[in-house]
Amino acid sequence: MIYNIKRDHARFRSIVKGKIKQDLKKYVTHGEMIGRKGKDLVTIPLPQIEIPHFRFGDKEQGGVGQGDGKAGDPVGAGDPQQGEGQAGNQSGNHMLEVELTLQELAEILGQQLELPKIEPRGHKTLKSKTERYTGIANQGPNSLRHFKRTFRETLRRQIASGIYNPDNPVIIPIRKDMRYRSWKTDVRHENNAVIVYMMDVSGSMGDEQKEIVRTEAFWIDTWLRSQYKGIETRYIIHDATAREVDEDTFFRTRESGGTLISSAYKLCEKIIETDYPPSDWNIYPFHFSDGDNWSGEDTRLCLDILEKNLLPVCNVFCYGQVESRYGSGQFYKDLKEHFGNEHGAVILSKIENKEGILQSIKDFLGKGK
Amino acid sequence: MSSTEYVSSDLTPELTKVRDEIRKYAEGFGLDFFEVIFEMVDHEQINSLAALGGFPVRYPHWRFGMDYDQLSKGYTWGLQKIYEMVINTNPSYAYLMKSNNLVDQKLVMAHVFGHVDFFKNNYWFSKTNRKMLDSMANHAVKIRNFMDRYGQDKVENFIDNCLAVENLIDPYLPFSLPKRREPKQSEEAEANKAVEPGRIRTQRQYMDHYINPPEFLEEQKKRLEQQARKNKKNPSEPQKDILAFMLENAPLEQWEHDVLSIVRDEAYYFAPQAQTKIMNEGWASYWHAKIMTQKALKDSEVIDFCDHHAGTMAMQPGRINPYKVGIELFRDIEERWDRGKFGKEYEECDDMVANAKWDRKLGLGRQKIFEVRRVCNDVTFIDEYLTEEFVDRFKLYTYAFNRRTNQYEIADRDFKKVKEKLLFQLTNLGQPFVYVTDGNFQNKGELLLWHKHQGLDLDVRWSRETMRALSELWKRPINVETEVDGQKKLFSYQNGEFSEKFL
Repeated sequence: MIYNIKRDHARFRSIVKGKIKQDLKKYVTHGEMIGRKGKDLVTIPLPQIEIPHFRFGDKEQGGVGQGDGKAGDPVGAGDPQQGEGQAGNQSGNHMLEVELTLQELAEILGQQLELPKIEPRGHKTLKSKTERYTGIANQGPNSLRHFKRTFRETLRRQIASGIYNPDNPVIIPIRKDMRYRSWKTDVRHENNAVIVYMMDVSGSMGDEQKEIVRTEAFWIDTWLRSQYKGIETRYIIHDATAREVDEDTFFRTRESGGTLISSAYKLCEKIIETDYPPSDWNIYPFHFSDGDNWSGEDTRLCLDILEKNLLPVCNVFCYGQVESRYGSGQFYKDLKEHFGNEHGAVILSKIENKEGILQSIKDFLGKGK
Repeated sequence: MSSTEYVSSDLTPELTKVRDEIRKYAEGFGLDFFEVIFEMVDHEQINSLAALGGFPVRYPHWRFGMDYDQLSKGYTWGLQKIYEMVINTNPSYAYLMKSNNLVDQKLVMAHVFGHVDFFKNNYWFSKTNRKMLDSMANHAVKIRNFMDRYGQDKVENFIDNCLAVENLIDPYLPFSLPKRREPKQSEEAEANKAVEPGRIRTQRQYMDHYINPPEFLEEQKKRLEQQARKNKKNPSEPQKDILAFMLENAPLEQWEHDVLSIVRDEAYYFAPQAQTKIMNEGWASYWHAKIMTQKALKDSEVIDFCDHHAGTMAMQPGRINPYKVGIELFRDIEERWDRGKFGKEYEECDDMVANAKWDRKLGLGRQKIFEVRRVCNDVTFIDEYLTEEFVDRFKLYTYAFNRRTNQYEIADRDFKKVKEKLLFQLTNLGQPFVYVTDGNFQNKGELLLWHKHQGLDLDVRWSRETMRALSELWKRPINVETEVDGQKKLFSYQNGEFSEKFL
């Protein structure tokens, strides 16, 4: 039997992702199945493409059902006409989205922007060994004896050789019947990466600017996660002083006051120094700001920290400047002047508005570092 | 696909024995089936096969991949599992899931024999192509060749358009008598007619005025003119098989013609299965239950069997389970005919107690259900054998959408309403009746379809999309005569523009 189904399946996926046959896009519906994963209920995205037909208006139709209840009682939530999946009668439970949508998102992103796969820094690869009991062996120490398998072997041999007597089911293993657990050593190569996001939250960064940073950070996160196994993120906000915050705060805080970018860089440096030895980690600091710094002196300090302490340990340092009505954009110019266009480890990008996000991501990640 | 490992799809010796045993029981009960070839498949294979409608080789199309996507996700998350598949061919192929346990396999085999008996003996399957396995493979080769020559996107897009109209066929067509062509009248007679249309000939001139009064002649003339106009129209009568009309009249290229006719062939092949869903599943379930409980089941298997059987029969609120309704109706019929609960005398008996106790000990039940499985389809099955007692016993109701509360609500438990609704859903598979009435609408080569309105309006959005697909085939504007909110309307699709106007 030959199955083409994989090809049909791949084609279907491509259509759903909008890569081919764009005109079918409008027929795509995003249904879902409700599944169970341990205690949690999970929804499994189930995109479908409906081929148009002449048909009756949806809600008018009604139908025939079965069960208790009197006229006027609801027939259970959801659409009783559609087949699979239990309708959401357990709405009280927490639902999780599953399926590797993020992985897929990253793939799409990668393909759309033609992002190169990231080359991890070779010697900074972690190796870990784990031993797992996955197999069965004929020899082994008694402590690893597999009772069930041994029993089965013995039983099989006895039945086959006609010794087994169901009235007196005595099972006597001989040497040949013994089975032991055996293990395999997995060597896993792990590329760990840390992203340090720094954001300027001084008065000039408005909601719109933060929205841009948030969107961009999400996509960067998604892409890097698709490239590295264990990824950690740290968040730093700064105005005149810097502090580390959680993700939620990072995107929501609005502070005011002056701007000392160096404070953030110092904190970043400290975080890396304490938690992420560069020999084990791929390090990605991202800094978003509107380009205003308090003074030229602080800028010089920033450049100094960058050059001496950050750049040597980072894969790449990214600076994204979000356009804002109040910012002067001076910092971008300063960085550019100092490092020039072609500095390998510094990537600069200007994000003018939401439409600029894609290009900016491409700027940051397009070099495959 | 190159697979180096050899995977046996043969039955194991143990299962071969089981098969022979079950077959013997089935034959003993009088089931009459094609030879059945069982193959063992894993879940991956059965999901693929199910997505492909049971046929291992189909033409490439994304929708098979879509169905596979759903089936394999459902399987992975433990929401659904296919135990078996069987296709209507001679010999029949049945696929068993390898992971089924023994009692499941027994049940499934018995079920399969029931299906194959139905395929072989039910009248509505009598015109299907029993060599469909080969035909499907041929279709696949043809379409793949077209794709190689004209490009996958182009051919697939065309298939997409064909699929939008694949339901516009006439499942009753294979059973209707071939159309009688009006014998062509000689030119002389034609000329004769032109002089005196509709005049009845008489030898007695003096009677002529009475036999052919002027008003009669006038009427005849009108009638004949109308007839002539009608004859010129293509099609002469509204035609339900719109695909056939397209094949004959649409300006299709040769490959397009071939693709459309493939889609039509396959639609006709699958039509009886949709027409007999309730009966087919009911019949197969009836027999698996009978064979298992009376013959094949071992004591140790009872619980597993019951669990599986009950799972298949379970009804969920708001949905009719064809397995359940089918099996119960067959049992109901059997019991009624065993006890003679039919005919004038029984119908006219108003005494509930007497009705309930009614038993003429006729023992005609078995014979009756075999007759029913031979002649009925779902529509006639429900129409003829659904009784008020049955609707009561199984708590059937109709539901409707309540716009105010924005949910579906139970509407009625009245027997007539339930039956009516059920029949409506089954008639034409619950789809609108659409006919082609004119292939040269407004004398501009446009297509005119007619939606026979039976109470429900068409969905406008989907109509528009379907008309777009149709216009790709017909290559001229498409019009649909229909009714919206009680007003006659004409939908038109022309150069990518949809419009509607009152008639």
